[in-house]
Amino acid sequence: MIVARGLERRFGSKRILRGLDLDVGERDFLVVTGPNGSGKSTLLGLCAGLLAPTGGTIDVAAERDEIGYLAHEPLVYRELTALENLDLYGRLYRVPERRERIGMLLERFLLWEARHERVSVFSRGMVQRLALCRALLHEPRLLLLDEPYTGLDPSGGTLLDSELEALRGARTIVAATHEPDRLGKLATARLDLARAA
Amino acid sequence: MWLRNNRGVALASTAALLLLGGISLAFFWVPDDVDQGFSQRIFYIHVPVALTAYACFGWGAWKALRLLWTREVRYDLESYTAVHMGVIFGILTLVTGSIWARISWGVWWSWGERQLVLFLVLFLFYSAYFMLRYSTEPGPRRERMSAVYALFGVVLIPVSFLAIRLAEGFIHPTVFTRDGPQMAGSMFFVFCVCLAGTLTLAGALYANELLGKRVDASLRELEEALA
Amino acid sequence: MTYFGDVAALARKDILLELRSRDTLPAMLLFVVSTLVVFHFALPSDSSDLAAGGLLWVAIVFTALLGLTRAFAAEREQRLLEGLVLAPCDRSAIWLAKGASVMAFLLLAEAVALPAFALFFAPVDATLVAAVLLADIGIAAVGTLLAAMAAASRARELLLPLLFLPLAIPVIVGGVGATVAEEPARYLGFLALYDLLFAILSWASFEYVVTE
Repeated sequence: MIVARGLERRFGSKRILRGLDLDVGERDFLVVTGPNGSGKSTLLGLCAGLLAPTGGTIDVAAERDEIGYLAHEPLVYRELTALENLDLYGRLYRVPERRERIGMLLERFLLWEARHERVSVFSRGMVQRLALCRALLHEPRLLLLDEPYTGLDPSGGTLLDSELEALRGARTIVAATHEPDRLGKLATARLDLARAA
Repeated sequence: MWLRNNRGVALASTAALLLLGGISLAFFWVPDDVDQGFSQRIFYIHVPVALTAYACFGWGAWKALRLLWTREVRYDLESYTAVHMGVIFGILTLVTGSIWARISWGVWWSWGERQLVLFLVLFLFYSAYFMLRYSTEPGPRRERMSAVYALFGVVLIPVSFLAIRLAEGFIHPTVFTRDGPQMAGSMFFVFCVCLAGTLTLAGALYANELLGKRVDASLRELEEALA
Repeated sequence: MTYFGDVAALARKDILLELRSRDTLPAMLLFVVSTLVVFHFALPSDSSDLAAGGLLWVAIVFTALLGLTRAFAAEREQRLLEGLVLAPCDRSAIWLAKGASVMAFLLLAEAVALPAFALFFAPVDATLVAAVLLADIGIAAVGTLLAAMAAASRARELLLPLLFLPLAIPVIVGGVGATVAEEPARYLGFLALYDLLFAILSWASFEYVVTE
């Protein structure tokens, strides 16, 4: 699904990723670890196609509408309601049976009650859950998660656990995390960027 | 063989030869212009410099297009250097044009001089190009934005020229009549020599700066690899 | 067609955001009227109405700049442009939608500015309105693309005017010409030419400005 050879990404004069080789097969669950600044977010950005490599190559066998990306930022409009946000992305991603799918996700992530409220009044945990809904909305074949547990309260964390448990084996997942133990049992492969540097 | 290895030196010396030759011819050999007299001779520098500036901007836009087409990083440096050369020759155009205006009519600036006004607008535009590059992190994003902006510049050149002509419809600047040299054969020859000279000079400076920038980049990469 | 469906969804989002936050449009309205008042004090008494007509265009361009600076504000602050760029829609749809909303704000500002101008200075005729409409298209087209460029840089608010003003010069020439010259048709034609060239260029190159 993802093949990288000699992958390199530079920001200005700083090289964040250098000479990385990567092979992620279909339905693999890759857990990426490493200290801050080691390039976890950069790697995910490269996989998503948001960043272009400054050296080496990366090939992702998925189209834009098959990739779900949970970034460092939630990527939701603060002045729109939860429903409006998901409706916008639902249209852009051409999600079939949009309303039903949105409703189902909002319920699953306990946001149904707050669906008509603007994101600006959400708690951090709610925002993160909405971001998860956004990433999962179009049932992507490739899921890229950048520290997905950030901001989630224990119940939110449990929701995410069960969601990933359900998706594991059915989708390809690459998750960058500070809590490798939590995802440890689900992982089929690990990458430690501190050592790869 | 020698030519290939020493391209930079060859270009520079050709440029020097042509320019020296051209300027000497322009000042000593070519006959006086019927209307304007001796001061007209600056035309032999002013117009070639202007045309060279256009050529540099065009070259920069071409390299920009190549960058967007192929994504090869080297085109970014080439496009940037070409635009840089264009700005240098643009400034020279403004300076020589201003001197010519001063000598001919006693004013340092004339809004009636369409070429001068055009170069003023282009100078503003391409200065913004450098501001854009300066305030963006180096990387694929900056390369693409610079390329798009360089393309806009090349479209702006004819549009601005048209605008300046149209603006005379309501601005009515004092137009000092200059018929433009009715070029006799000898004048045309000297003009061509000077034009060839400025183009070669631009080429030499371009090659030189490009080489310098490439060496800088390699040096930085080496430093990093060793760090 | 999904392309125009995308444009509609995105434009709707932009209008909705403005209705909720209500910061850009009121600022533009106030700015353009304040500018016109300043012009009164800036024009010596023997200036003609034509001079005022010229200054109207300065007001329009700078009001447009104000709106354009805010155009990608939300996307910039929350990195939301990434979310839009990731989507499978054509990136030029983002440009078209944003340009349409910029144009809408500009038209609303002018709906106030032109009557104010007629009140303070000189009457407004159909040619002027036509020129304003044509100019808006060019300003919105080029301005939206440049705003996206500026949003990706460090200097943002400082950079956009520098990028925009040289490209706005032909628009000002076309607009002022249509306002004051004896043969406005030439200038209107020129504005249409500018719109055509730069709209196509902006539409085609937006993709390259927002992606890597």
